Amino acid sequence: MISPLLRAAALVALFATFWQAPAAAGSFPAFEEIAPGVYVRHGAIAEETPENAGAIANIGFIVGDDAVAVVDSGGSVADGEATLAAIRRITDKPVAYLIDTHMHPDHVFGNQVFAAAGAHVVGHRRLPAALAARADFYKQSMSAQIGPALAGAVAITPPDETVAEERRIDLGGRTIVLRAWGTAHTDNDLTVYDERTKTLFAGDLVFMQHCPVLDGSLKGWLAQIPALKAIPAERVVPGHGPVSAPWPEAIDAEARYLETLAADTRKAIADGVPLADAVPTIAAGERGAWQLFDDYNPRNATAAYAELEWE
Amino acid sequence: MIARRRREAGRSRTKALLAASSIAFVLGVAGQAVAAGADAAAEISPEQRAAEAESAWPNLKPDLFGDRKLIEGTDTVAIEAPKRATDPAVVPVKLSFDPTMDVRKVTLVIDENPSPVAATFEFADGADIRTLSTRVRVNAYTDIHAVAETADGRLFVTKTFVKAAGGCAAPAAKDPEVAAREMGKMKLREFQTGDAALNEAQLMIRHPNNSGLQKDQVTLLYIPAHFITDLEVGKGEQPLFTMTGGISISEDPSFRFTYGSDAAGPFHAKASDTEGKVFEKNFAGEQS
Repeated sequence: MISPLLRAAALVALFATFWQAPAAAGSFPAFEEIAPGVYVRHGAIAEETPENAGAIANIGFIVGDDAVAVVDSGGSVADGEATLAAIRRITDKPVAYLIDTHMHPDHVFGNQVFAAAGAHVVGHRRLPAALAARADFYKQSMSAQIGPALAGAVAITPPDETVAEERRIDLGGRTIVLRAWGTAHTDNDLTVYDERTKTLFAGDLVFMQHCPVLDGSLKGWLAQIPALKAIPAERVVPGHGPVSAPWPEAIDAEARYLETLAADTRKAIADGVPLADAVPTIAAGERGAWQLFDDYNPRNATAAYAELEWE
Repeated sequence: MIARRRREAGRSRTKALLAASSIAFVLGVAGQAVAAGADAAAEISPEQRAAEAESAWPNLKPDLFGDRKLIEGTDTVAIEAPKRATDPAVVPVKLSFDPTMDVRKVTLVIDENPSPVAATFEFADGADIRTLSTRVRVNAYTDIHAVAETADGRLFVTKTFVKAAGGCAAPAAKDPEVAAREMGKMKLREFQTGDAALNEAQLMIRHPNNSGLQKDQVTLLYIPAHFITDLEVGKGEQPLFTMTGGISISEDPSFRFTYGSDAAGPFHAKASDTEGKVFEKNFAGEQS
């Protein structure tokens, strides 16, 4: 039997020898002002890795006369710290709110940074249960993706306040509107709308360029697209894709993908094609339209099949 | 319980071996160029680790089958699963049986899962089950073994390797509110096989089939497992198969099967879960 001390020493040595430093704070993507007082940084269209420190989602903040609201906290503590540092270079107003658009690690793994900075964390009414059910699983799976050092630093931080339908927040001279949606991308999707600039932070209810990811309900997502499109925004910040795009046409590609996913899945089910044989064919025609297609489409097809065979 | 204890013993040995190899590897590369270190670091990829880790099967086999001989290399039972799972919580597995061998029982073992026996199916006399497909959770890169027992008491084994991780720890329901509301619903479909002597059907049951491997973050206690333990499926007067299941069967269990029996009458199914709930349905007149 190896002594725990020797084993620990060996692991430390291993760590010191091969640990690659994650992206240094200076190399996180820069924020740009997409509308007056609205800043967004572009998340890489990529899987999470130690090198990108989980900085793969679009992260934003809105500056009011009195306070700042941050929309999503990033994919690691380092990612959250980079965002907080970027805010501090732009304004010294208090970061009063952090709004989580949904449960996924690339959006909430920096929560603790903003909680420690005094922000009031707000999420969908189902976010606490969703995070609680997945905390161990996320810590484990994220360790494999962003590495044990970055994942180990994360203390999964639930919201202080939840939203069942709508919540208006006054940042001083500008009001943002939080809206909780029915199950779609996940069961805890929340959007943020800045009335002053007509900017919609859609979270992962809107994917552009990055293959959409289905972790909620395909039927629910499709059913809510008309209501999303009806939001009188001029621009959208998608959860993944460009930092800003014209609304509502920005959702057209995703709507087509989801409709194709549903139509192909329904046809396979109706034809009696078993799950294993159906998955490689479902939405195959969309391959050229999306990045990371082979990473996400087969899983989406599996989820769609399991959902739609109950129709 | 014995299986679990032995399994844990196997795990700690595996960990010890991994630790030993880490030390050897650190001592071995000390003083060498960093480039060599990069190669060595690549050696502990998940694939390599799975390949080098001690297999659970040598411990599982005697626990499950004693000293009975498992016959390899025949077509009595065949297994199909994706080499790499698209979703580790929903991994399709298809078992096929040689119709001349009169298979009466099959045990599906996911070697590296926390509870390795996914399910045991028993086929009724006269059911003539030819294929059986279900969906399972896979928690780590693993062999999946199928052990078939024929009417004359011989055991036949086959296996396949699946790359997937995290399927058991992942929460069951994408939408827990819907899952709770729909629990116990059953659906049955019949399919054309293109062979008049062969029938095909799929039974689906709405159930979270919760693995019990998620921790409640407030109490830090594990959420109790809640899964279907027993299932009986028949058609008219003819019993077809029974299943004794565990936590490795996916949420909303699905069983698609081809069978030779020409039994008349409606399908019926009865399932019981770990909370003592019984779900029963006679599918007269509503097969789709």
